[in-house]
Amino acid sequence: MTQDATPAIEVRSLVKNYGEVRAVDGLSFAIPAGSTTALLGGNGAGKSTTIGMVMGLVLPTSGEVRVLGTDMITRRHDVLHRMNFESPYVDMPHRLTVRQNLRVFALLYGVSDVAARIAALAADLDLKDFIDRPSGKLSAGQKTRVALAKALINEPEVMLLDEPTASLDPDTADWIRSHLERYRDRKGAAILLASHNMGEVERLCDRVIMLKKGRIEDDAAPAELIRRYGRSNLEEVFLDVARGRREAAE
Amino acid sequence: MSFSIRRVGALCLRYCYLIASSWPRLLELVYWPVLNLLTWGFLQNYAMTSTNRTLFVGGALVSGLLLWEILFRGQIGFSISFLEEVWSRNLGNLLMSPLRPFEFVAALMVMSLARLAVGLTPTVILAVAYFGFDLAALGVGFVAFFALLVVTGWAVGIVVAGLILRHGLGAESLAWTIMFVFWPLCCVYYPLAVLPGWLKPFALALPPTYVFEGMRAVLSEGVLRLDYLGAALALNVLWIGAASVAFVMLLNRARDAGSLLSGGE
Repeated sequence: MTQDATPAIEVRSLVKNYGEVRAVDGLSFAIPAGSTTALLGGNGAGKSTTIGMVMGLVLPTSGEVRVLGTDMITRRHDVLHRMNFESPYVDMPHRLTVRQNLRVFALLYGVSDVAARIAALAADLDLKDFIDRPSGKLSAGQKTRVALAKALINEPEVMLLDEPTASLDPDTADWIRSHLERYRDRKGAAILLASHNMGEVERLCDRVIMLKKGRIEDDAAPAELIRRYGRSNLEEVFLDVARGRREAAE
Repeated sequence: MSFSIRRVGALCLRYCYLIASSWPRLLELVYWPVLNLLTWGFLQNYAMTSTNRTLFVGGALVSGLLLWEILFRGQIGFSISFLEEVWSRNLGNLLMSPLRPFEFVAALMVMSLARLAVGLTPTVILAVAYFGFDLAALGVGFVAFFALLVVTGWAVGIVVAGLILRHGLGAESLAWTIMFVFWPLCCVYYPLAVLPGWLKPFALALPPTYVFEGMRAVLSEGVLRLDYLGAALALNVLWIGAASVAFVMLLNRARDAGSLLSGGE
């Protein structure tokens, strides 16, 4: 487990404008190794743009983003082999089998023993029954497990997850969450996720950053937020924040 | 981390898996060049028996066609491999991996050559066997012409890839059509002298114009014009440099506009 004073992810005064629209407005936060943090907010709150900037796929208008101490605006290729991501908005080539896809990504990420790593992931994520099947012929649950295998192929120290259990049945979603928890605890990885599933956030995350109109509206552990707003669960807190009922917390 | 042959090889492996898993993709590499050759080759055979033969001396029409296919297929092979990533929504995975933009481009170049080899080998064999294409007459010039045309195709392919990164699939049609701007201008089937004066400066700015002029010089006079090769080479250096700068600028514009996250229309 990495126990470094350097935060796994550090964001300072981050701003992103799309023309006249300010999508992200002065965000600052730091995420230590071995923790899971959620970005919560309604549509257009700035979650995806923030994650895009942490990945280095979106250039900030101003501010700083560092992952494992590396500037993601100018030196992202120095650290990309130590991080990975999963998102329902990307896919893996459908005609390639699961094994072929994982082999390609293992080579791209510089994995040393490719066959052994794929075998370990296949056992760990229960891919064996369909590992030689084309990726396009898998069910939604199987595809999510394969996407998770790709996200874990290089044993990343930082994982960025966008809706990691979207469109999954409760059993498969629970299975994925358990796996993520075990991986984080075993490797000391930092996980930053965006999700609309409040149950998932309550279970997985030690911290929630609530976004609204590109700004941090609140930032605390799930239990603390629930207590602060006098609610019984995180979904009610989310609604309070989204509908501007901030006084509930005061 | 610097340039990695391993990562370039990984991406090439991905394209080989794809082509091997899809017979229509394999067929597509061969069928259009062969169909084109048959059409123009039979026209040449007919013309040789009935009209002005000087136009078609030494199989000039078929030679022009084959060199045009190298230029066109060089660009299309590059662009299709890139488009496969957009169509399969895999671009985000690649851009978030340690693969560097220039490694990505290098892999697309390798696959462009591989696609050319698969597509043109049967076409060249047919052209030599049935349509008077004299590979020996072109000799070492053919290798130089091939290399120069492929590099021009890559330069155009790099710009198209940048435009697709920036503008999404709205720019896809450019991949299929942009090279046809070259068709009348770079004098594939007729000499530069045929063009009106005002159009000649545009033609002379295109590296392939010198290649096709050089081809006709070899076939009609038996001379490999090094001045033509030199001009095409110098222009190609400029073109590939300008294309690389344009690609980096378009990639940065795409990062600024957030279009790498959406990648749609």
